[in-house]
Amino acid sequence: MNIPFYYILKNFVARKLTAGITIGGIALVVFVFAAVLMMADGIRKTLATTGSEDNVVITRKSSTGEITSIIDRPTADLISTLQFVQKDEKGNALMTYDGVTVINAPKKDGGISNLAVRGVSETAMSIRNKITIVKGRMFTFGSRELIVGTALVKTFDKIDIGDKIKFGGDEWTIVGEMEAEKSGFESELWCDVRQLQLAFNREAFSTLTFRKTSDADIEMMKILFAGDKRLNQYEPENERRYFEKQSEAMRMFIQILGITITVIFSVGAMIGAMITMYAAVANRTTEIGTLRALGFGRSSILTAFLIESIITALLGGIIGIGMASILQFFSISTLNFGSFTELSFSFSMTSSVFSGSMIFSLVMGFVGGFLPALKASRMSILSALR
Amino acid sequence: MSALISISHLTKTYKREKQEITVLKDLSIDIEQGDFVALMGPSGSGKTTLLNIIAGIDRPTQGEVMIAGTNIGVLTETELAKWRSRHIGFIFQFYNLIPVLTAFENVELPLMLTPLSKSERRRQVELALSVVGLADRMDHYPRQLSGGQEQRVAIARAIASDPDIFVADEPTGDLDRVSAEEILTLLERLNKEFGKTIVMVTHDPSAANRARIIHHLEKGDLIPQGQS
Ligand SMILES: Nc1ncnc2c1ncn2[C@@H]1O[C@H](COP(=O)(O)OP(=O)(O)OP(=O)(O)O)[C@@H](O)[C@H]1O
Ligand SMILES: [Mg+2]
Repeated sequence: MNIPFYYILKNFVARKLTAGITIGGIALVVFVFAAVLMMADGIRKTLATTGSEDNVVITRKSSTGEITSIIDRPTADLISTLQFVQKDEKGNALMTYDGVTVINAPKKDGGISNLAVRGVSETAMSIRNKITIVKGRMFTFGSRELIVGTALVKTFDKIDIGDKIKFGGDEWTIVGEMEAEKSGFESELWCDVRQLQLAFNREAFSTLTFRKTSDADIEMMKILFAGDKRLNQYEPENERRYFEKQSEAMRMFIQILGITITVIFSVGAMIGAMITMYAAVANRTTEIGTLRALGFGRSSILTAFLIESIITALLGGIIGIGMASILQFFSISTLNFGSFTELSFSFSMTSSVFSGSMIFSLVMGFVGGFLPALKASRMSILSALR
Repeated sequence: MSALISISHLTKTYKREKQEITVLKDLSIDIEQGDFVALMGPSGSGKTTLLNIIAGIDRPTQGEVMIAGTNIGVLTETELAKWRSRHIGFIFQFYNLIPVLTAFENVELPLMLTPLSKSERRRQVELALSVVGLADRMDHYPRQLSGGQEQRVAIARAIASDPDIFVADEPTGDLDRVSAEEILTLLERLNKEFGKTIVMVTHDPSAANRARIIHHLEKGDLIPQGQS
């Protein structure tokens, strides 16, 4: 194209109002689009930072989540003796025997939702994400006490230090608030697993999580489990991967719903962009004829109008992304379909969200500008000059 | 040596809703290098059509249009566009400046199609604007200029790329007496000082008198010389 770039820019600036309206429309669509991606990414991030790469979770094969998984005591003891389970100096397995159950409680904004109570062994504190008690104190093993994830305090009513919660036929007291590196554990209540078993009169556990030895390979473990008839009903999985998988259904749902909605919106924005570009072409008919007479080719005209439309859309895209970035300061909480418990997460603007949104706005500018630009390039010189 | 512009047996017809209108009929004309030709004639006689064909923005239906040795009737659209940018300087009745561009940028526009460097372009633009006496208005936008000044910028744009032929369709048609005089003086200078060939369509006899040759068109053909 030999039409100077400043020609395109100056024309763009000259039609401030219509360009501004188009930019606004595209910005809104990109905002929604980016927000959806950020939400899906936020959920993935939260669950993908839950647990540790060095840990392995054992669940019952047929289970759909931690709550439906059952591992009996003898099997748990057998697993603790396996060679790839790391042991401490005293020879004890670095393994937590978790019991996970779901209770429900009223939310701050009304309604009732599920929340996960995780009974853990003392080892949990040393092998999982760094658990920091930000308020109050750690629960005492051997008593009916709870610590609460910091995300729950914000979302649920009467879930704070000093509050008492009734479940398993007893009253439990919240004695501390914990942070866990922004992981999914911040959306849980933790207690002594033994107390949980006693309260529910159960001997079995839900899941086992152990620190693997450095040379142990998860694929090897899977083969070993499958081949042992005492263990073949159970399945080992990398802890991070396990929690990440739990977010999949949710992420898919949000992405499909969100993207469907934004695609519908984007049709509106593209039609808007198209109308303003058609108006620009109509206003500049003589100008187009003049440029052609001077010797500029059809492709130059096409490119100039197309670029003008794409600039409009990219500006809209940048503004939309800018607005969406503000969402990073908020975190929201919703029911995770993978575990059926409340999960709190924040929007995160990642480079893939950024580039996805930019490509999305580019496509809108291209599609919206193409037909008007084609019309401009197809005009005959004589009819344009008349 | 043959004429710079040599048109023989040119016929131009337009189709409008099945019906054919013959605008130019078996027209032949030679225009020599360095001529200043005025085309006159009643409205609808085909003056603009002839000018557009010479300028390469319209095509003959029949006949041959040879300009500086090129039969422009057989060029492809792209070749013709390139040919125009090299050989034709356009001067329009309503100036046709690009409103969002300054005088400088307007004049620079045709140079974008040449291989000139940025500094060479700048020199050419400044030269062209000083020829039309508007070097001091370089950064002004068309709306900040009078009609006469706009037309002078348009002439600067036409001369910037140094074409051999200037086509002007009623270049003074939208101007007051004084401005029109300025424009005609400028065209005369282009013709006399710089040896440029000019073909100008006009309704105004006093404008036509500034040309060296006047041709009259009637119903699509030239009235033989001396009979007007
Ligand atoms: N693109 C076109 N399609 C159909 N008819 C056309 C077209 N261009 C010109 N004509 C017709 O050709 C005839 C000659 O037009 P042209 O513009 O050459 O006249 P002109 O001598 O320049 O007139 P004027 O002095 O009014 O400018 C007119 O009858 C006009 O209607
Ligand atoms: Mg005319």
